[in-house]
Amino acid sequence: MNQIINDITAAQVKKDITPFKVGDGVRVHTKVREGDKERVQIYSGIVIARKGHGIQESFTVRRISYGEGVERVFPVNSPNIEKIEVERESENMKARLYYLRDRTGKAAVAVKERENRTQETAAAS
Amino acid sequence: MISSLLGKKIGMTQVYDAQNVLVPVTVVEAGPCSVVQVKTVETDGYNAVQIGFSTKKTKNASKAELAHAKKAGLDNAPRVLGEVRLTAAPTLKVGDVVTVTAFTEGEFVDVIGVSKGKGFQGVVKRFRVAGGPAAHGSMFHRRIGSIGMRQTPGRTWKNQSMPGHMGSERRTMQNLRVVKIIADKNLILVKGSIPGANGDDILVRSAIKGQGPAKAAKA
Repeated sequence: MNQIINDITAAQVKKDITPFKVGDGVRVHTKVREGDKERVQIYSGIVIARKGHGIQESFTVRRISYGEGVERVFPVNSPNIEKIEVERESENMKARLYYLRDRTGKAAVAVKERENRTQETAAAS
Repeated sequence: MISSLLGKKIGMTQVYDAQNVLVPVTVVEAGPCSVVQVKTVETDGYNAVQIGFSTKKTKNASKAELAHAKKAGLDNAPRVLGEVRLTAAPTLKVGDVVTVTAFTEGEFVDVIGVSKGKGFQGVVKRFRVAGGPAAHGSMFHRRIGSIGMRQTPGRTWKNQSMPGHMGSERRTMQNLRVVKIIADKNLILVKGSIPGANGDDILVRSAIKGQGPAKAAKA
């Protein structure tokens, strides 16, 4: 990519993003403006895609809300995102989890969780 | 002061504005442009200034170009020359330099450039003609169709859309908002797209129409 463009956007690209990957269960804390007040809204679900790079990077979070699948796309570097919490780490091997869209019931949120991490922590303790 | 600058398209990106809205912008390297020649009613019959942008290698410049540049106190001949028409006699002098500070953030500008060449194209791409059905043995896929009536009028109307060369034309994008100016790097960020490929020469000028609140505040 062009060096001049990189320099322009560099200031707005976040450097302290919580590392997360496709398949992780995340809680996205977003700032919501209501009139003059600002509050934090949390949207939790599974990251099914992460695309783009630099300032244009975005990720899609899918959740089942009242029995209906909902997907929201967030820009990674948006100032409106306060923080991203990783709830469940996945052991997923795919870059895009679009197959979850065709699933219903329990299978719709079934992403293989990373197990060795818990084993490691268990062994350590 | 004039409000036109020659420049170069760098490319597109996105930036967050003060309201945390992601704005699509085109990065333009504009100026610094030095005034190479001043034209007045007395000397040339009209008022204008000729500005130059970038430099040519001396071995690639003709003697005439070099001498013309030398008159303006430049060592190298400018790679691009452009003329800005003025209604009043120009206040700028030969050798003056115009930079991006001629523009302000929030102001509207027009960007003129040469659009990307598309080569010889059919009517579907060139004029958005609908074309025919793709299948069911239609045998009429992307063809032009009828181009006229019968004995009356007995000819094809002017401006009938037909295949031909598309692109590589001078195009103006009007009323693009200046999102940001980076003066030390001679860069302007304008909202939206502009004609041409990255690296192409362009002209940025203060918007002729619809200046909006920015100009009203200035005046």
